[in-house]
Amino acid sequence: MLLSPINIAFKNCKNEKRPALLTYTVASDPSKNKSLKILKSISEYVDILEVGFGHSTPIADGGQIQTSSYRAIKNGFKMKDAFQIVKNYKKLKNTKPIILMGYYNMIYQYGEDKFINKCKKVGVNGLIVVDLPWPENKKFSKKCKKKSITFVQLLSPTTSKDRLKKIVKDSHEMIYYISMLSTTGGKLKVSPKKILKNYNKIKKIDPKKNYVIGFGITDKTISKLKTADGLVVGSAICKEITKSLNKRQNPVTNVSNMVKRLKNKII
Amino acid sequence: MKIKKKIALIDQHDKNGFWGGKFGGSFIPETLKKPVHDLAKSFAKLRKNKNFIKKRDYYFKNYIGSPTPFIKLENLSSHLGGAQIWAKVVSEANGGAHKIYNATVHALLCKSMGKKYIVGDTGAGYAGKMLSMAAKKFGLKCKIFMGVKDIKRQKPNCIAIRKNGAEIVPVYTGSQTLVDAVSECMRYWVSNCDTTHMCVGSTVGPNIFVKVCGWSTSQISRELKVQIKKEFGKIPKKIKLINCVGGGSSAYGFWSEFVDFPKTQIEFIGVEAGGPKNSKLHAAPLSKNAKLGVLHGSASYVCQNKDGQINETDSISAGLDYPGVSPIHCFLKDTKRAKYTYATDESALAAYKMVTKFEKLNPSLEPSHAFAEAIKIAPKLSKDTIIIVNSCGDAKKDKDILKKRLGKY
Ligand SMILES: Cc1ncc(COP(=O)(O)O)c(C=O)c1O
Repeated sequence: MLLSPINIAFKNCKNEKRPALLTYTVASDPSKNKSLKILKSISEYVDILEVGFGHSTPIADGGQIQTSSYRAIKNGFKMKDAFQIVKNYKKLKNTKPIILMGYYNMIYQYGEDKFINKCKKVGVNGLIVVDLPWPENKKFSKKCKKKSITFVQLLSPTTSKDRLKKIVKDSHEMIYYISMLSTTGGKLKVSPKKILKNYNKIKKIDPKKNYVIGFGITDKTISKLKTADGLVVGSAICKEITKSLNKRQNPVTNVSNMVKRLKNKII
Repeated sequence: MKIKKKIALIDQHDKNGFWGGKFGGSFIPETLKKPVHDLAKSFAKLRKNKNFIKKRDYYFKNYIGSPTPFIKLENLSSHLGGAQIWAKVVSEANGGAHKIYNATVHALLCKSMGKKYIVGDTGAGYAGKMLSMAAKKFGLKCKIFMGVKDIKRQKPNCIAIRKNGAEIVPVYTGSQTLVDAVSECMRYWVSNCDTTHMCVGSTVGPNIFVKVCGWSTSQISRELKVQIKKEFGKIPKKIKLINCVGGGSSAYGFWSEFVDFPKTQIEFIGVEAGGPKNSKLHAAPLSKNAKLGVLHGSASYVCQNKDGQINETDSISAGLDYPGVSPIHCFLKDTKRAKYTYATDESALAAYKMVTKFEKLNPSLEPSHAFAEAIKIAPKLSKDTIIIVNSCGDAKKDKDILKKRLGKY
């Protein structure tokens, strides 16, 4: 069986004995053009790029990502812009896998099938839908699989044992473990040790799959979690964009430097 | 799509939580799966538990003050001519609105589940005020999420919330109204669901919250049925039950006992917020034919743009100023059991003015929307038609707005 680009990304990292670095940025934040520039400039340090399509009523996002989403929407962000950004990014020579992430209503309004087809067409490799949990996502996840798009299941510290097993079984090659009870960007209120303990238990259910940890990871905590298959940094990057704008500095350069620093901490 | 007889509407969803196969459900982040499941399990058990029912009935009677009055508005009726206009004065309930039913039940649920903290959203401030009252009564620590615009326009209720010892968390995002308060409250719950119980202030949100709320407010129509029989000797031939609809909890509670009656005998009319007369903005997803979408964990008709971003809404009434609506009302609309219309800010104000001129009644801006419809249709109807309006809130909270718009309160 041919390995998916997401699988290959994890494999490469394993060969280098380090976790995959995943970033999360919001499409059209701070503008359509700049968000594409950010993707291009961080591409060489990152293993998988998560790109959010911002929603006006995000029920699981903390302040930083909300700010980015609202900024994008205020700047006129439309779903089609997210696809265009991905399409243009994928014109680069060496591209990384892209995972689109967002809330179900945007997909529902686009039309599930049309959405997946469009993803396929522009080169999206995976999808995360925050408010479409298992088992409600079974049908959608199968549709993704059919088009070789990875549907990323989420697991949380509240997920029961029985549920964990069933979700892992139904999942594709990548699974997202939410580090703690929190919206995105919360302060890490659980010790990395404890997070990894939970993580390793889950990993044992099916060690062949790739598990990433996200929520609350910053350049201060990332190195303590580096035994995981992959680590996602989102809010810290969104915050950097906000900070850059406030200081009238170039967010592209600042984010790029930050991602470089993050990468250095896990190699 | 069909309504089943002899089954409460709150229980007419499929195994995935959808009414009519497409309204409702539970679109929630993974973290909330467990607390939502726990709540659903507790509620299913407790609603069949005789002691719990006894406790509920005890507090409904002795704390909330059931039954609330059912009165004829003689002066208004004779002024308008046509149908008889009656009111179910739910605003006489402890705290001044129907929100006390849901709040009391949630506080009882919270306690039986062993949680010490309770959080809730509010728009008009009544849901928040009642939750803070119930929290105080049952010894729970309480936080209320409220949009900054609403904090400013519903001051009296904010004072009451704080007096009860609850904290108001101001919400600055978006339009700074109810929709943002609900989002923020849900986000807070995601982070604190291990110790904290969440109350959703209306029949909206993930499936279980629609059910708990509907189960609570249905007290209104249970009382009304008895009162109608007592007043008329039997259920009259032509009744119209008119209720404002924000999330739809008061309307659900006002109608639930009567769903099985033919609509030719008991008609349901829901009145949404039409917003300012010359504005494009409104909060009337049902009557202005908004598209199906997902908001706050459930599928319903939602004011939104083509992309699925939730639209800003506008209404003089903070309690109706919400872009979504209960999945059960979507179900009632599509099965044609209920009819939905809207009233503008201006007609709600005019209705308030007229009702208070003729009657010793002081309906808040939310039920004033329902009165606007009653006033509009009554003159065209026959004397044997009984219009009953749910006067579900007291206008004290609106005194600043009323003073500004009408020059007096
Ligand atoms: C007095 C009053 N009526 C009506 C509403 C609207 O909510 P619902 O449609 O759930 O009754 C509110 C909400 O705050 C309210 O305070």
